[in-house]
Amino acid sequence: MSGWEKSAVTLAVFLPTAGAVVISFLPKDRDRLIRGLGILFTGAALVVGIVMLFGFDYGAHQGLQFELNASWIPSVAIHYHVGIDGISLPLFELTLLLSFLCAIYTYRVLPAPGKPKGFLALMMLLETGMAGTFIAFDLVLFFIFWELVLVPMYFMIGIWGSSNREYAAIKFFLYTLFGSVFMLLGFLAMFFKSNPHTFDIVQLQQQAATAPFAKGVQLLIFAGVFLGFAIKVPMWPFHTWLPDAHTEAPTVGSVLLAGILLKMGGYGFIRIALPILPQAARVWAPIIGVLAAIAIVYAALACLAQKDLKRLIAFSSVGHMGFVMLGIATLTSVGINAALFAMIAHGLITGMLFFEVGSIYDRYHTRQISEIGGGMLLKVPYLAGIFAFTAIASLGLPGLAGFWGEVTALASSYSPAQILTGHLGLFRTLMVFGGIGTILTAGYFLWTLQRVNMGSLPDEWKEKSLADVSSIEWLAWAPLLVGILLLGVFPRLVFGTTNDAVTALAHLFGR
Amino acid sequence: MSLAAALPPIHNPAIDYHAIAPELVLAGAIFLVLIADLALPPARKWWSMVVAFVGVLATLATTLTLIGSDRVTFGGSYVVDDFAVLFKVFFTSVALVVLLLSMRYVRDGRYYQGEYYFLVLCSLLGMMTMPSSRDLLMLFISLELVSAPAFLLVAFRKGDPRSNEGALKFFLIGVLSTAVMLYGMSLIYGVTGTTRLAGIAASLATPVGSSSLALAAILFVVGGFAFKVSAFPFQFWAPDTYEGAPVPIAAFLAVASKAAGFAGLLQLMFVAFLPRADFWAPIFVVLSLFTMTLGNLVALQQQQVVRLLAYSSIAQAGYMLLPFALATTTNTALNKEAFAAAVLYILIYAVMNLGAFSVVLAMARESPGIMIADFAGLGQRAAYLAVPMTMFLVSLAGIPPFAGFWGKFFIFRAAIDRGGIGAWLAVAMVVNSVISLVYYLFIVREMFFQPIAEPVRALRSPATVTAVVLAAAGGILAVGFFPSLFAHFPPISTLIGR
Repeated sequence: MSGWEKSAVTLAVFLPTAGAVVISFLPKDRDRLIRGLGILFTGAALVVGIVMLFGFDYGAHQGLQFELNASWIPSVAIHYHVGIDGISLPLFELTLLLSFLCAIYTYRVLPAPGKPKGFLALMMLLETGMAGTFIAFDLVLFFIFWELVLVPMYFMIGIWGSSNREYAAIKFFLYTLFGSVFMLLGFLAMFFKSNPHTFDIVQLQQQAATAPFAKGVQLLIFAGVFLGFAIKVPMWPFHTWLPDAHTEAPTVGSVLLAGILLKMGGYGFIRIALPILPQAARVWAPIIGVLAAIAIVYAALACLAQKDLKRLIAFSSVGHMGFVMLGIATLTSVGINAALFAMIAHGLITGMLFFEVGSIYDRYHTRQISEIGGGMLLKVPYLAGIFAFTAIASLGLPGLAGFWGEVTALASSYSPAQILTGHLGLFRTLMVFGGIGTILTAGYFLWTLQRVNMGSLPDEWKEKSLADVSSIEWLAWAPLLVGILLLGVFPRLVFGTTNDAVTALAHLFGR
Repeated sequence: MSLAAALPPIHNPAIDYHAIAPELVLAGAIFLVLIADLALPPARKWWSMVVAFVGVLATLATTLTLIGSDRVTFGGSYVVDDFAVLFKVFFTSVALVVLLLSMRYVRDGRYYQGEYYFLVLCSLLGMMTMPSSRDLLMLFISLELVSAPAFLLVAFRKGDPRSNEGALKFFLIGVLSTAVMLYGMSLIYGVTGTTRLAGIAASLATPVGSSSLALAAILFVVGGFAFKVSAFPFQFWAPDTYEGAPVPIAAFLAVASKAAGFAGLLQLMFVAFLPRADFWAPIFVVLSLFTMTLGNLVALQQQQVVRLLAYSSIAQAGYMLLPFALATTTNTALNKEAFAAAVLYILIYAVMNLGAFSVVLAMARESPGIMIADFAGLGQRAAYLAVPMTMFLVSLAGIPPFAGFWGKFFIFRAAIDRGGIGAWLAVAMVVNSVISLVYYLFIVREMFFQPIAEPVRALRSPATVTAVVLAAAGGILAVGFFPSLFAHFPPISTLIGR
């Protein structure tokens, strides 16, 4: 294997860290240079990612590509094991893309108190943590990347957030840390229950297929890792940190939170919980399904009650992640493929929505729907048009990205995995509730569009001059808008990548 | 018949002078500091710090020559093995740092400099002998040598009633616990007929070890050490003492003195008393649980930074006690793992805590009371202090990629490996880690989230203090990425299973 294949993943993950280090040694007043370097380093990471896209063998049915497995801490058998497969690839690329777009956006837009040096350094550390999570194949390495996102995001919310930022920041930090420490204990239990002892995710998966842990042990470990992943997703009823964090975070923070951080939870279920603990997954699946359905309906109802536009988008994330979890809960290849697709789509769409809400706030200096008061199409037609496009994508209009993931997830819950046949009735009921949620989702998005975009312009805004979409915003948003359309028309772009790896995984559950 | 004839002939054991060379060098340095203090004119008194510093450096250099050696002298009561050398290097390094931290503080505070450095070195001498002591009496002497100078050092800020109060509390409780421990040791001698740790272990493995007298003796000794490491229920001297003491001495107590206590406790428990682990491990379950929980919950209420760090260090002691609760009489591999986890945690904790105390010290000149609120805006006033401080605090909470994570990781690892009660202790510890993050973030929030009035007044920190802060930050980062730096160090398991 060539040096490039071994080092590409590492390069993409740690280029942003290098950028963070470089930036932190620059003097504060080199504002433009700092912001430019932010674009440069995240861009370089993205370039590495894109080149990898071309080197990736989409026909390989299993196994890791771009793999590097080096001993890191020999005394406790911890390896630096990174690599990429069909499940990782889309999420990994999404991370690199969104981070790059955020760096572009930050070139012009940065909320008080400014300080691009700190902001970009944190953002790039965050990128390393997020991207690393998707390519780590050693449990301890995974955990370290997983935790790496906490501190930068805490500071991002706490320093650059809006009025209630301190509360939101600490709530985010404590909540997710609480989940992840139990996850760590679960990982250690996996290590000691495996034979031979290993932290390696690939080996653990092989062991699970041939000689799985005792069922009681699996259930206990699953409970630990469930807490970690479920809080990150977040699943109802662990979601309460999300509306606060998303609402208070600066635009870029919200984009990355919704776009990528949440996916780490869903990815954890698919990568670790299901394949290593298959028997426990079977017991937990109905519970996860029920919680997911509750999340879908609950979030839709909560959205109907929101007055703050950003909080509305935040709650809509809970619902969308509900579809993701419903897909995962079916334990079928269809459902898990759907979950992965929905995560990518949600990353593009909700990332975009948070960008737009940020820009709307920049112009109106309010996020209250009633204060914006309608008529945005008249005042800032491009911004309003993009907003309408994204909102409609989010509610799942066929032909746009939001459609495929959710409708497939719903369809998969009609026929869950063979080992779940005892719960067939339950899953079909869940499908009905998911369907109701879809209708409610369409309802609140259309109603929001009606209140924000349509109608006549309130007098308050008539006199004020509000700028429409700026060139830097076009630059940052265009890839997302294109992506939303592209995935809507060619869903195979994602399904084709994930399917092989997912099918191999779903094999454990009988189909 | 003359008295001389009645006694058996005194038999001078052969002394391995290389084995005790570091201690001899240090003893020489102690005298030099005293003499220098007499000779120096008042304006030059700070030169005694330089003498002390060079003396400790020489001690460190001598200790380094002992790496990899396995020397036994004084008839087996004094041993220099990897375990001992590791701790000796650690103690001398901490002492060097404390001397650096002290220089400006002691000089500007117009304290008696000669005596101050003399006492610090005396305490260090006790620490040096502690990990080599394989005999109850040696252990006791070492422990007293660590504590007695510390009583005086705490009282060094004579003008401040809090300093007097702290020293008095420290002294009274210290003497009481010493009495209890000594009583326990005498009982052990009575039961086993020896003061050698190895001999005690052999004796306790026989039915003698099950006698209630032996068990009571173990309990007394554990109680005495519980004071030393500020474990529940003997923890309450620590906050008052740390608050009253000069800040460098508070750091010295919280780091070196506590580690010395643990070094002694490790040898006692994992060597001498190991055959009765079934009896004492459950005691440590309670000690560990209560110490960490109480420390963390009370720390949440603190407004004063040194007190907060004091309670935090109580909680951290609870984590360090956890591996003791995992000990078993049968599973040597597990004992080794627990032992290594405890050693590793003590070392890593020391670096983080020294760093945090150094930042406090850097601020002490401007606001001697140092409330949490005094940290407001430190991110803008002195980022070179605020960013490392954040690293220390986050690391103390055990979040990767900093060293503190590995400290906790190895304890969790041993606990999960133990299973049963170990798993529950691990759960208690992770919950405690989350609680601890709350109060660590109080300080972080002040430093970064509070906008401060313009113009921003930059904070000037003494160069030596800044150097220590940056070195400690570099250290916890380096260990965070390459924990093998420590994990590879062989010592960790040499004491057990020989």
